[in-house]
Amino acid sequence: MRHGKWPLIVTFLVPPVLLYIVFVVSPYLQAFQISTTDWLGYSADANSVGLANFKTLWNDGYVWNALQNNAILLALVPVLTIVLGLFFATMLAMGGRKGRAGVTGVRGGALYRTVYFFPQVLSVVIIALLWKEVYHPNQGLLTSGLHALGLPAPTWLGDPATAFWCVLAVMVWSNVGFYVVLFGAAMSAVPKEIYEAVLLDGASRFTTLRRVTLPLLWDTVQVAWVYLAIFALDGFILVQLMTNGGPNFSTDVIGVRMYDTAFGSETKFGYASAIGVVMFFLTLSVAALSLRVGRRDRIEYS
Amino acid sequence: MTTLDKPATTATAPTSAAGRDRPIRRELGVANVFSHGFLLIWGLLTVLPLLWMFISSFKTNGEILADPWGLPGALHWDNWARAWTGAHIGRYFLNSLVVVAGSVSLTMLMGATAAYVFARYEFRGRQFVYYLFVGGLMFPVFLALVPLFFVVRNAGLFGTWTGLILVYAAYSLPFTVFFLTAFFRTLPTSVAEAAMVDGCGHFRLFFRVMLPMARPGLISVALFNFLSHWNQFLLPQVLMQGDESKWVLAQGLFALSVSQGYAGDYARLFAGLSIAVLPVLAVYVGFQRQVQTGLTAGQLK
Repeated sequence: MRHGKWPLIVTFLVPPVLLYIVFVVSPYLQAFQISTTDWLGYSADANSVGLANFKTLWNDGYVWNALQNNAILLALVPVLTIVLGLFFATMLAMGGRKGRAGVTGVRGGALYRTVYFFPQVLSVVIIALLWKEVYHPNQGLLTSGLHALGLPAPTWLGDPATAFWCVLAVMVWSNVGFYVVLFGAAMSAVPKEIYEAVLLDGASRFTTLRRVTLPLLWDTVQVAWVYLAIFALDGFILVQLMTNGGPNFSTDVIGVRMYDTAFGSETKFGYASAIGVVMFFLTLSVAALSLRVGRRDRIEYS
Repeated sequence: MTTLDKPATTATAPTSAAGRDRPIRRELGVANVFSHGFLLIWGLLTVLPLLWMFISSFKTNGEILADPWGLPGALHWDNWARAWTGAHIGRYFLNSLVVVAGSVSLTMLMGATAAYVFARYEFRGRQFVYYLFVGGLMFPVFLALVPLFFVVRNAGLFGTWTGLILVYAAYSLPFTVFFLTAFFRTLPTSVAEAAMVDGCGHFRLFFRVMLPMARPGLISVALFNFLSHWNQFLLPQVLMQGDESKWVLAQGLFALSVSQGYAGDYARLFAGLSIAVLPVLAVYVGFQRQVQTGLTAGQLK
């Protein structure tokens, strides 16, 4: 019956492939080409300048500043999110009172999970705009709360010293719930007998978490790491909507830098594409690195 | 270390069952209070900003400025009306619905058909085309942003919903194809073979047998795509500049926040945000389990 397969292959494959080539593959290829020109946008006037854009980029203090912020995000957001996610997932899975060996979940665990996960389904735009108001220096939730307690409050997003950490906190806030659910699902796949055996042997909760849970969840943790690393290299929407890189470039990230270069006051499309190419290689190497470093054997329960 | 010693010491003094249980039970009790405390704190951290947003959307601007933590004196629904009609949040909301309905349908149709071919048929160059699709997972949209702007403009699709729908679908194909190819491969071949023996054609087999069997996978990916398209901001920001009447919800909210900076109408902003959150909340509460498994499965596969 296999001889009749071609009509199906052609009708099923040609439309998606065409769509994909026109809107995805061709822009990516063009980006590499545009990055070697001095194209300033709407005129067709673009001269090849070789690698001059990349040379400018190397000496561009604003780009380095943005990259440095991305590097701090990359170092902190995945660690904080995964640690908090594991912590709460463990609490939910083994914080229960009744179980003989202490491996029952807490009461109301499902409710906690529901609440924690909710930020994940919210649009990043909503999260950014809402937190911008929470951080408002006058009538924001935080400032007025601290003032009510008689404490002084910083100006949050208005101060170059605090703005970056405020944005970082929102990034962690919006991601933790998702990883609580993700790790929770992975933990529930671990047979309870393992925990009961370990606890009967007298291991403490912390030892159990470090020596049993974490190794068994390693695959999931690693996936989480890659996704959070890619997330930390982006961060564009949150930063653009909350601070637009300010004050004084203290929260600038590479995505905002590129967007402003291309669609800001001057349309330096050639230079913006060069930033895009750099981002591409950064994302690629970070993803490859996290996969290489953490590779371990997969564990399967029968 | 103390917990390690405990079984040994209690074992040497097996006087009464209650006495032996107590230290363990106390330890569990402490852990219980401890864990509930931390869990509650994070729960509050999650809920408080959202609750504050809803409550503030019913207050007057005077109340918001004077007492940010206070409750509204009366339910000021006029804030919601100002956001819905005055700030056109209602129109943007419907625009988003139209765009996302189109883009998710297109993504699912194209993703499912392509994935099915990759999973079930052998032909020359299959590997190459498959990896061409899946390779897209590695590329940040940023890299394509500038050329994409011109591709869409040259196709005459700049500022149109059609353009947005096509672009959303194209950028969702890598993940959709990747996920569904794996899913189609897990389906038993015996059913397909039996249908073929019964004289079922290739197209009929797909639409009548394979597609219904792949339902759980399709639902997961569809939910995933729905949320990512609904929440999309970067692409409309670049491709839908200009004509305000065609904007999607994310753009409308951003414009509302910018204008709030000048007008100082906080209540309207909170009402607008609440309008945007409510349907998501409703879908989430209604389909909570599917959403959670859909999204987490999307990350794990």
